[in-house]
Amino acid sequence: MPDSQTLGNRTRGMGEIVDIAGKTTEIAPFGNTLAELGRERPEIVGLTADMGRYSDILPFRDAHPDRFFNVGMAEQNLVLIAAGLSKVGKIAYCTTYSVFVTRRAYDFIAIACAHSMANVKIFAGMPGLLNGYGATHQATEDLNMMRGIADLTIIDPCDATELKQVVRAVADIPGTVYVRNLRGKVPVELPADYKFELGKAKVLREGNGEIGMISTGYMSARGLDAARIVQSEGHDVGLLHVGTIKPFDKKGVIEFARRHKRLIIAENHKTTGGLASLVIEALYEAGVYMPVVKIGLADSFFECGSQEYLEKKYEVDLPRFVRAIREGV
Amino acid sequence: MTLRNHPPAEPDIASLKAHALDLRRKMMGMASGKGEGYIAQGLGIADCLAALYFHEMRHDPARADWADRDRFLLSTGHYSIAMYAVLAQAGYLDVAELPSYGINGSALPMSTFDTTNGVEIVGGSLGHGLGQAVGMAMGLRLDGSPARVFCEFSDGELDEGSTWESAMGAATFKCDNLVVLIDCNGIQADGPVTVAIEPVADKMTAFGFETYEIDGNDMAALAEALGKCREPNGKPKAIVLRTIPGFGIPTIMARERAHFVRVGNDEWDALIAELEHENA
Ligand SMILES: Cc1ncc(C[n+]2csc(CCOP(=O)(O)OP(=O)(O)O)c2C)c(N)n1
Ligand SMILES: [Mg+2]
Repeated sequence: MPDSQTLGNRTRGMGEIVDIAGKTTEIAPFGNTLAELGRERPEIVGLTADMGRYSDILPFRDAHPDRFFNVGMAEQNLVLIAAGLSKVGKIAYCTTYSVFVTRRAYDFIAIACAHSMANVKIFAGMPGLLNGYGATHQATEDLNMMRGIADLTIIDPCDATELKQVVRAVADIPGTVYVRNLRGKVPVELPADYKFELGKAKVLREGNGEIGMISTGYMSARGLDAARIVQSEGHDVGLLHVGTIKPFDKKGVIEFARRHKRLIIAENHKTTGGLASLVIEALYEAGVYMPVVKIGLADSFFECGSQEYLEKKYEVDLPRFVRAIREGV
Repeated sequence: MTLRNHPPAEPDIASLKAHALDLRRKMMGMASGKGEGYIAQGLGIADCLAALYFHEMRHDPARADWADRDRFLLSTGHYSIAMYAVLAQAGYLDVAELPSYGINGSALPMSTFDTTNGVEIVGGSLGHGLGQAVGMAMGLRLDGSPARVFCEFSDGELDEGSTWESAMGAATFKCDNLVVLIDCNGIQADGPVTVAIEPVADKMTAFGFETYEIDGNDMAALAEALGKCREPNGKPKAIVLRTIPGFGIPTIMARERAHFVRVGNDEWDALIAELEHENA
């Protein structure tokens, strides 16, 4: 590997695998788990749209070359071929970046897949600011788009532990599933006994009832980090991880909110149309009114750069979380 | 035959080759020290960009918004390194800015944005160029403008359905003021091109284009093919460029995984020396 002295100050290469400071990581949890599962389930097929290397599906290709298909850079065709495969009995796992599969293949996901409850499992790579290539590559409204499709399941896993369980779980979830995939060296953040349950938000931390954080994706891990930092200052923050975005666990969210005085909602997505919107809708409907701070992206297009740079610039980094807890803004 | 907005009849091949070499030097300077980059594609397309910006296209760096300028659309946004090099060399960008390519906060990001002087479209999401080029060609014709539209796109972009929808649009609307340059460098993100895109030239012909197929790293062939594409005969034009990723630097040309070339910080000087040696 080349010397990477300048790593943090520039846009990282697409396939680059980076260490994450202070974190235990696991390499390619998606692809390795799918390769394993493929041994048990011969009906599983794997597809990519010229993004095999960059979506971590190569371990599946290497283990089951006859059941792996690269359709080329053709996201609409990826989704249609997956739908066709599912309609003759296959479970089709397909991969590319979240931004291209959502923006370009939306109609095909809605009709060829979701409407038919097709067994298509979309592992959508590098959502939100995990991608440094700017607005063209950053899926910052994918949750908003996907939640608009009926009969679709949406999952935003926190870490490698949850992702590996999700890879297995979706094989038995009927219909089409959209998963925000994590690639490369993926941090291990959740306790070993964590159990992913479809449609159930999980309390990762019980607080003192003052501040409750509701989060999804890797922002839940950041929330845990922030909670640990402020612990000694007398802030005892509760944390609810919403791994499944759809079906949305209204009951779990309302219950958690009722046990706290104020809320912080955090997501690797715009603050419009994603988790924050879902939470606020659910609370308002249930007559629960309370102060809320939203951590997430503005309704805008974003520039290129390293993940650290972008997260700081667009205020979704760890200091932002700490400020939200300390200052309530 | 009326030539619209015509460039000089005789190309100065030696001077165009010198421009291409300078583009390659600039790109190596931009990529070096960063460990990696889309340098192979940049080196491969350098000859085509030199032929366009220093011979075929009518444009004026002092008036980037000149209404009757010929348009160049780089559809393959990750070729930005080549775009910035040619825009700097032509005078649209400050040469001193080039080393900031890809750096956080730089005005020269990894993917192209149309906020950069001389850049016509937002690149990065592939398969966006051709359709916009068709629209521009139609609009310019409506205005009676002599301007032409040149659009580069890659062999990987031939995988996208939008490319073929746009190709049919170009023929339907008889965009004879449109010239597409298809960079067939044989690779895409996951490795060699595996989709059945060939025969590219026959496909373009079948889609209604007047088509030429050339060695895209041969300057004389480039100038000649571009010259043939000037005729307002009711047909859109296509030039299928067979290029070699990394052209000009044998070590990079020999790389098997050339989509994203990784180069150690200590290796750049040797590669730059190779470029000079090859072109001495
Ligand atoms: C719509 C879209 N899908 C996927 C990608 C991711 N991607 C970036 S480059 C690339 C390969 C495209 O082929 P080509 O332009 O021929 O690649 P190169 O010659 O540069 O290797 C892919 C799939 C993208 N940028 N846009
Ligand atoms: Mg290519």
